[in-house]
Amino acid sequence: MGLISFLKDKFKKKDAVTETYSKGMERSRKNFSSKLKNLSTRYKEVNQDYFDELEEILIESDVGINFALNIIEEVLNKSEEEGIKDPEKINEILVDKMFVGYASKGDIVNELPFYENTPTVLLVVGVNGVGKTTTIAKLAYRYIKQGKKVMLVAADTFRAGATEQLTVWAERLGIDIATGKQDADPASVAYDGVKKAKENKCDLVIVDTAGRLQTKANLMAELAKIKRVIGKEIEGAPQETFLIIDATTGQNGVVQAKAFADVTNLTGIVITKMDGTSKGGIILAIRDELGVPVRFIGLGEKMEDLQEFDLDKYLYGLCVEED
Amino acid sequence: MAFESLSDKLSSIFKKMRGQARLTEKNMEDMLKEIRVALLEADVNYKVVKEFTNNVKEKAIGQDVLSKLNPSQMLVKIVHDELVELLGSDDSEIHYQNNRPTVIMMVGLQGSGKTTSTGKLAYLLKNKLKKKVLLAAGDVYRPAAIDQLDQIAKQVGVDLVNLGTKVSPVEISLKAKEKAFNEHYDVLIIDTAGRLQIDEQLMKELNDIKDAVNPDEILLLIDAMAGQDAVNVANTFNQQLALTGAIMSKLDGDARGGAALSIRHMTGVPIKFSGVGEKLTDLDIFHPDRMADRILGMGDVMTLVEKAQEEMDEKEARRTANKMMSGKFDLNDMLENMRKVQKMGSLGGLLKLIPGMPKISPEQQAAAEKEMRNFEVIINSMTPYERSNPDVFKFSRKQRVANGCGKTLADVNRVLKKYDQMKDMMKQMESYRKSGRMPPGGLGGLGGFGGMGGFPQ
Repeated sequence: MGLISFLKDKFKKKDAVTETYSKGMERSRKNFSSKLKNLSTRYKEVNQDYFDELEEILIESDVGINFALNIIEEVLNKSEEEGIKDPEKINEILVDKMFVGYASKGDIVNELPFYENTPTVLLVVGVNGVGKTTTIAKLAYRYIKQGKKVMLVAADTFRAGATEQLTVWAERLGIDIATGKQDADPASVAYDGVKKAKENKCDLVIVDTAGRLQTKANLMAELAKIKRVIGKEIEGAPQETFLIIDATTGQNGVVQAKAFADVTNLTGIVITKMDGTSKGGIILAIRDELGVPVRFIGLGEKMEDLQEFDLDKYLYGLCVEED
Repeated sequence: MAFESLSDKLSSIFKKMRGQARLTEKNMEDMLKEIRVALLEADVNYKVVKEFTNNVKEKAIGQDVLSKLNPSQMLVKIVHDELVELLGSDDSEIHYQNNRPTVIMMVGLQGSGKTTSTGKLAYLLKNKLKKKVLLAAGDVYRPAAIDQLDQIAKQVGVDLVNLGTKVSPVEISLKAKEKAFNEHYDVLIIDTAGRLQIDEQLMKELNDIKDAVNPDEILLLIDAMAGQDAVNVANTFNQQLALTGAIMSKLDGDARGGAALSIRHMTGVPIKFSGVGEKLTDLDIFHPDRMADRILGMGDVMTLVEKAQEEMDEKEARRTANKMMSGKFDLNDMLENMRKVQKMGSLGGLLKLIPGMPKISPEQQAAAEKEMRNFEVIINSMTPYERSNPDVFKFSRKQRVANGCGKTLADVNRVLKKYDQMKDMMKQMESYRKSGRMPPGGLGGLGGFGGMGGFPQ
């Protein structure tokens, strides 16, 4: 049984999460799966033109040119070896390969780890305007609902209004927040915040940082410093560092992930605004080039719309056309 | 780096071509393939890439490849011309009204940089074009968006219509327009809420604002990092609102902004400004031809010259230049020049604009900038007498300066050595001037760059 029919079978009965996925990925699916389907109905047998068009569909989904070319080659080889000419079968193989390409890069635990006597520190980084602050609020909400004591640290002292924005969220969520003055040293704000979280026996402290382009050496050095001082207060912290990436990001997303992985211990990606794009293939490109997994996925504006990343559901959302 | 920038990529392709005597079908095929990959990696839209490479191919084949130009030069020209065409070949500016306020509406996806760009645009209009600017805070949804604009308005020194988050954006816009008309502002810029394009309700709100205030310009913010979807985004906004222009934000990153370039090609919406940094001053008028040059690695000399002109008082610059030429160049002048260079922006940003400048890593940039700051600290610890007469420095004076600023003797020596080198350079330039020849490189004319000081070689 191919993956597509497996997924169809698996998600026949939709639970709330699958529903959120399929709604949030509506645009992607319309784009990707209907293009695939359209392609397979236009060809009786696959040929070079077919593979060219397949390549176009993949590249237009932002999966990265390397990933696209490699996967096309794999599918082409398999098609030749086994004499498969049926376009529908070829599409099945394509989706299989996409699954394997992602899954073969190692095991993934999405949820954050928690410890007995020490808070889990989650450092949140990313370029400007990807939705860091909102994502932090959603993550906090998720763990508050799981009964954890959560605290926020507003270490974005640069962007005007950033601290206020996070403070509004903390108030709405009814949790503590540590802030600093505008233009204060973000590392000192982070240090004080983490210290306070430790004293107050929090389970989770989420540190917001200013958006920074990965080309700004001094800002990247600042990030390294934030990471260092947190480690001074709590050994081994931050245990988790998430890079937030906007789903509409193109191939620069890979460059971003590499640059941030250089200065922090990047443990995961959160992809945001998935409901606003018809692409989001950058997930596959980053996993392909760096092996960093996607941990959470933002499928809408509501608090519940930030979901654990699930490869099956993602591919279902992307590749399977709703009947 | 996952891959080189488009500019690097093309220049390495051209280098490969350079050794070859003529343009053959075969080597051009290789080059076109690489251009295609480079453009795709730069997020240029797939269809635009297809068209682009086809056009280049057609033009290259149609031309006499055996002419006197060497093949790589000719290809640079063809690719360049094609790029300029892709980017739109005219300067595009804001159309100002003469007898009433010009109303500009800023729209875009969430996080594309609307609020920041609103501030930058206000700064540009106020300081460069001497306009009286009014801002309107129309993003009532994102927490603290109004606070952000409020702070920005104060930094720029322009007025803001802030009615809080309880009033509808349409009403805010109308009130702002009324104020702009009654109090004779030149320009009103309305910041709107960021939105995902799918959000019909918010799209409708934008249309309502548009209908209510009838703006002269509707500018779409485009993130230079946007992927293949950027064209669709621009299309949707354009269909709904009939855009008059676009602003590319975050061009200071290493994203080549390829997707944003396709927008010009596929929607016809002209790109009017580009955001090139985080500071309020970091918004440039967009020049398609220069952008094409930049993509091709030819540098962006015009922008640099304009930047230098703005920051340097012309009279003062001439005075410094004369002083330099006459050999009476002292540490005060060196410090002054360094400060001017700093005022123009980050060293890295400046260096990118100069063609032929060696590629330096961000770390090297940071080191050079740190060195410049060190120089400043050290010179500031000298007495005015010492600054005008650097020759008086002996051991005890050096030691005192070193102690005074907490640096080492070696640091002080480095400043003095650099000063000597620069002075020698000035003398050389003077002899060039007398003999009527220009110094090689010709950069000396910019004067201020003498202060680049400890730039690592």
